Amino acid sequence: MSKQLMLGNAALARGLYEAGCAVASSYPGTPSTETTEEAAKFDEIYCEWAPNEKVAMEVAFGASMGGKRSFCAMKHVGLNVAADPLFTISYTGINAGMVICVADDAGMHSSQNEQDSRHYAIAAKVPMLEPADSAEALEFTKLAFELSEQFDTPVFIKMCTRVSHSQSIVETHERIVPPEKPYIKNIQKNVMMPGNAKKKHPLVEARTRAIAEYAETSPLNRIEWGDRKLGIITSSTSYQYVKEVFGADASVLKLGMVYPLPDKLIREFAAGVEELAVVEELDPVIENHCRLLGLNVKGKDILPLEDEYSQNMIAAAFGRNVPTGKKLDDAIPARPPVMCAGCPHRGMFYLLAKNKCTVFGDIGCYTLGATPPLCALDISTCMGASVSGIHGFNKALGKESEGKTVAVIGDSTFMHSGMTGLANIAYNQSNSTVIILDNSITGMTGHQQNPTTGYNIKGDPAGKIDLEALCRSMGFTRVRVVDPYDLAESEKVLKEELAADEPSVIISRRPCALLKYVKHNPPFIVDKDKCKNCKMCMKLGCPAISIHDGKAVIDKTLCLGCGVCKQLCKFGAISEQ
Amino acid sequence: METKNIMIVGVGGQGSLLASKLLGHLLLNYGHDVKVSEVHGMSQRGGSVVTYVRYGDKVYSPIIDKGEADFIVSFELLEAARWTEYLKPDGVIVTNTQQTDPMPVITGAMSYPENLVEKMRALGLNVDASDCLSLAAEAGSLKAVNIVLMGRLSKYFDFPVEDWKQAIRECVPAKFVEMNLKAFDLGRNH
Repeated sequence: MSKQLMLGNAALARGLYEAGCAVASSYPGTPSTETTEEAAKFDEIYCEWAPNEKVAMEVAFGASMGGKRSFCAMKHVGLNVAADPLFTISYTGINAGMVICVADDAGMHSSQNEQDSRHYAIAAKVPMLEPADSAEALEFTKLAFELSEQFDTPVFIKMCTRVSHSQSIVETHERIVPPEKPYIKNIQKNVMMPGNAKKKHPLVEARTRAIAEYAETSPLNRIEWGDRKLGIITSSTSYQYVKEVFGADASVLKLGMVYPLPDKLIREFAAGVEELAVVEELDPVIENHCRLLGLNVKGKDILPLEDEYSQNMIAAAFGRNVPTGKKLDDAIPARPPVMCAGCPHRGMFYLLAKNKCTVFGDIGCYTLGATPPLCALDISTCMGASVSGIHGFNKALGKESEGKTVAVIGDSTFMHSGMTGLANIAYNQSNSTVIILDNSITGMTGHQQNPTTGYNIKGDPAGKIDLEALCRSMGFTRVRVVDPYDLAESEKVLKEELAADEPSVIISRRPCALLKYVKHNPPFIVDKDKCKNCKMCMKLGCPAISIHDGKAVIDKTLCLGCGVCKQLCKFGAISEQ
Repeated sequence: METKNIMIVGVGGQGSLLASKLLGHLLLNYGHDVKVSEVHGMSQRGGSVVTYVRYGDKVYSPIIDKGEADFIVSFELLEAARWTEYLKPDGVIVTNTQQTDPMPVITGAMSYPENLVEKMRALGLNVDASDCLSLAAEAGSLKAVNIVLMGRLSKYFDFPVEDWKQAIRECVPAKFVEMNLKAFDLGRNH
C-alpha cells in the first residue's frame, strides 16, 4: 500500500488493475483518453484502441461474456456512438463485470457540445457512479465491478474534466483477480430478439429498483451534517466546490451514485435541513428527481445550465462573499489554440481557402482550420459527418456545388466513422471530393495509434489498413496521394479532382510535425531587404510568423522549417539559413 | 494550515506539466494534501493554458478562482497579464518576460499591449519579472524555462534548496538532470 499523487484517469486505471480487469477497449477522446493509456502500462490488462466507441463497447461486452472483467472508455460524445450496444447490453446483462467510463466536458475544454451523460444512465437503465477525486476514481472503479456482477448489469463510471485531469492523493493496493466465470450458452439471456427481450425488460426494471434500494445504504452516498439551515445535495467536482465554500456552514448529501437515486436518503436529508439546494453541473438531473419527490429545492434558478462551476460561482449564487483581484485596463488579446508551426494540415487549408472551396470539416486538430486567418471550414458537427454531409450537399445542389466542395477528415476519424459515409458516396454515387488528412496519428487527443498507423496502443507493430487500397476497393477509381508541404502539386491535384466528373479521394499525407520520429529542418529566416511587407506569408496563420516594424519575422524557437511560407513569398525573402 | 494556491500559466507546449509535476512531488513529500489540475490534449497547443497547484491540510476544489492565487507563475508576459485578477492582494506574479504573439496579434486584429510589467506594478501588483529564456539558454536548453521559473519561485518558500533539487531529480529524465539543476540555480540566484 502506498500513497501517491495521481491523475484521476490514472487512478481509474489503477482501479482496473486492482479489480483484476483483463480487457480494455476504447477510442481516445478528451478527457477520457488517459484511462486506457494508463491501463496499457499494466501488462496484466489487454488494452487496445478500437476504431470507434461502439466497437470498443462491444469488445468489452464480448470479453465480459467470455468470463473476464472488462472495460471501455469514451468521452461524452463517444457515448452517442456507443449508445446502440449500451441500451441492449443493459437488457442482456453481463457475465464477468463490465465497467464503462464516460467522461463529460463541462466547459467544453476540448469538445463540440456540453451534453450531460447522466441522461444515458437513466435512459438505458444502467447504474452510474460519479467519483469526486482520484481516490474515489480508484475505489469506485473497483466497487463498480462488484456491483456489475452483483446486479448483472454494466456499470458506468462518470468522470468529468476536473476529476479526470486533476491529480490528488490515492492509496494503492494489490491486484486481486476474481475467478473466471465460464461462458455458458444461454439464448434466453443473451439473444435479444423480441420474445426474449420482452421477458428481460421487467427484469431490468426490477434490477433498477434493487439497485435503488442498495443506494439507500451504500457507502457511495453519505450525509455530512453541518449547519442545518442549508442542505446541499451534490456530487462529483461540484461537491469539492461546495465543501470549499461552505465547510461546516451547510449540510451536504454527497452522492457517489447518481443513478438510480436513493429516494429515502434524499427525503431524510431534506427533512433534516431548513432549506434544500442541489449543486450539479449541466442539467438539473438530481434537482428534477427531488421535485418528483415533491421537495422544494433550489438549483438551476440560481446556478447556470452552462459551463463548469467553481467555488466563487457557487459562493456568489448563495449570496456569500467572493474574493476579487485587480485587472489591467488594456485589452488582452485572446490566445486560442492554433495549428502548430509545421502542421501538415496548414498547406492544404491554405489551398482550400485560396480556391474558395466550401469545406465540410470533421473532428480533430484540423477543426482549427476554421480559425482566422485561414477560416477554411464551413461546417463541423461530429465524427465522420464531413463525408456523409458533402454527399447530401452535392445531392441537393448537383453541379452547382460539386466542383468547389470538399470534405476533410483525419485518418483516425476516417477509421472511426468516415468509412461508412464514403461507402455511401461509392454506393449512391455523388460526385464528391473527400480529402483524408493523413497525419499518421490521432493528433488532437495527444498522439494515439489507430488502424492506419501500423502500431498498437503499446507502440508495437500491428495490422495496418491501406487507405488507398481501401478506397479503391469501395469503387473509387480516382485516389490521389499528395504531400501538403508541396503547394504546387497539391493544388494541381485538388483542381483536377474537383473538376473530375466522378467521386474522388485525395490523401493528403504527412506525419504530424510533433511526432518524435519526424525530423525537422532548421528554422527558416527572412531577408529583411527583400521582404516587401506584402503579408502573403501571414495568410497561413503560422504561429511562427509575425510582422515587426513592417517586416516578416520568423520565430526560431517555433519554426520547424516546413517551407510552406517560402513557397508563398514572391520576393524570395524567405529561405533556409 | 490554510490552503496555498499556485497558478502556472503559459502557452500550450511550453512545459507547464513538468513544473506542476515538480511542485506536486515536492509538496507531497512534505505531507501536505495536494491537488493539481492540468490541461491535457494536443488541441491546447499554442493556446492559453493554466495549471492549478493547491496544497494545505485539506484541499477540496482542484481549481483556483479569482482573488485566490498566492503565486502566478507565468511562462509568457501576456499570459501573466491575462490572469492578474486571480492574484490575492498580497500575492506575487513570477513571470518570464518572453513575448509570444497570439493569433489575433499575428493577424493584425489586435496589438500586443506594451509595458505590461510596468502596468501591472502600477496596479500595485508584486511582479517578479526576468528573462527566463536567456537563463534557460545559458543552462543549455530553451526548453528549461519551466525549471528556471521554478528556481525563481523557490525564493519565496522556506523549503531547503536540496528538496527542490531532489524533486527535479525525481521528475526529469536522468540525462537532463544536470542541465535542469543548472537552470534551477540560474533562476534562483538571478
